[in-house]
Amino acid sequence: MAQLNAQGQPYEDDAPEPEAPAPAAGATASSDALDDLLAEIDGSLQVNAEQFVRSFVQKGGQ
Amino acid sequence: MRVVGIETEYGIVDPAEPRANPILLSSRLVTACRAWAGERTSRWDYGGEDPLQDQRGFRRSRMGASADLLTDAAEFDATAGRVTLRRRRGSWEDPAHLNAVLANGARFYVDHAHPEYSGPEVTGARDAVIWDRAGDAIALAAAVRYAEDEDGAVHLYKNNVDGKGASYGTHENFLVARAVAFDDLARRLTPHLVTRQVYTGAGRVGLGQFGEEPGFQLSQRADYMEAEVGLETTLRRPIVNTRDEPHATRDKYRRLHVIIGDANLFDVATFLKIGTTSLVLAAIEAEDERLDELELAHPVEAVQEVSRDVSLRRRIVLASGETATALEVQRALLEICRTYATDAGDAAVLARWEGVLERLGADLFSAAREVEWVAKLQLLGRLRSRHASETRPDGLPWDDARLAAADLQWSRLGDGWATRLADAGQVERLATDDEVAAAATRAPQDTRARLRGGIVAARPDLVDAAGWSTVVLDRETDHGHLEVVHLDEPGAARHPLLDALIDG
Repeated sequence: MAQLNAQGQPYEDDAPEPEAPAPAAGATASSDALDDLLAEIDGSLQVNAEQFVRSFVQKGGQ
Repeated sequence: MRVVGIETEYGIVDPAEPRANPILLSSRLVTACRAWAGERTSRWDYGGEDPLQDQRGFRRSRMGASADLLTDAAEFDATAGRVTLRRRRGSWEDPAHLNAVLANGARFYVDHAHPEYSGPEVTGARDAVIWDRAGDAIALAAAVRYAEDEDGAVHLYKNNVDGKGASYGTHENFLVARAVAFDDLARRLTPHLVTRQVYTGAGRVGLGQFGEEPGFQLSQRADYMEAEVGLETTLRRPIVNTRDEPHATRDKYRRLHVIIGDANLFDVATFLKIGTTSLVLAAIEAEDERLDELELAHPVEAVQEVSRDVSLRRRIVLASGETATALEVQRALLEICRTYATDAGDAAVLARWEGVLERLGADLFSAAREVEWVAKLQLLGRLRSRHASETRPDGLPWDDARLAAADLQWSRLGDGWATRLADAGQVERLATDDEVAAAATRAPQDTRARLRGGIVAARPDLVDAAGWSTVVLDRETDHGHLEVVHLDEPGAARHPLLDALIDG
């Protein structure tokens, strides 16, 4: 736990605002394989994404 | 070797009729599962469950319990002998609670309004992966059979939220020494359950129970955790569940029921979920006081803080007043757990644990082949970028229906985007398809699941019903009663009577 702050209070306020990393930058060797799949996903979602989301209703479980 | 098991409630949809009754769909799916299994299934033995027993020592009064806790039959037989007799009496299956005990030792059944696969007892993280994926294979085979036998089809989703407020669970079970005081167990385990999300999260589009806020978070279940400890599993869900129903010798064991976890389609996520938690439990059983330094100031809030921080840099407050990132807490736990590795399986868990933490800390997307939420964020992030324009440089906003749809479709069994990603070689597998296929019809050989699955496979004609700790035999005898074989030791894979019948 060497990296723990020893101060009695959090200094979240001083920390830089966390930002989501940009996925495009992280894509490396897998790009080509992903591209084909992405094109397919994109195509399939042009048609009925909203209706699909609306009709996906489950009953609560455990 | 710790005995563990995973239960998965699947989302179920009739694509042609979104308003179809999910209990009816689930019941038909279990019927289809039985058909797929041929004659090699059994009914469930409701004889000995006691879901009203609380780990904290008291027993809920039946009057005070909500109806969904009453999963046991009227009787509770605490007698734990090797073989006892049970009087024959009428017992008929309720279609709304249909069960199939399978040759691989699992239970496939209707739980509330979902089909559930409760995997057989296994003894290590890798076996947990194999028999968890076997459950997906069985559910998928049942769905194929459903389409053949019924008028219509069902799609199954291995996720935990519908985006409309409903959540359904993926539960882990760990056999723990009864000697550990439950309060210590809950207190010392909580920091792990809160921070392990960094590699167990399946990723989710939408923040809040209804997905009312746009955004992406690590975990499916985080927004549904509303208490630190408690008995409930369907409302005010606790980080540590107190149900005391060991399905084993009560004075020797607890069964820790973990309900905070996500359903995972990535092998490494399942492997670490089970492997790391099992090692932390070993540290707790040893009363390792180093764990106390990691206690959190506000665990329930921290679950959501960790889940909503894709940067993995946010600091959460510890009870000591210090702060740490989730990764730092995990690294500290890893160091503590090195003391408790006892075999090659544990060593593999430690190595993977260390590597994944390292990759998450250095370059998030270098963990995309192992960590499910990272892979989902990568895929959805690039989907967003495809629609970037001058007026919308970030591409699709997080509340675009296409992202919500892709998130749901990610988890569809058979052809979901996670499966397609794996088919494209983008997901690291820890078990082969052949191992998984074999595990769909064969039980683990090193736990009592071997006996349950073995007798169902070899002599289903003799089995009246089976449960976690019982096999009820119905055969010609002088006494004329049913014979209840008690399997109260989860790690005991042999029993003279059942072995004789199996080897027949």
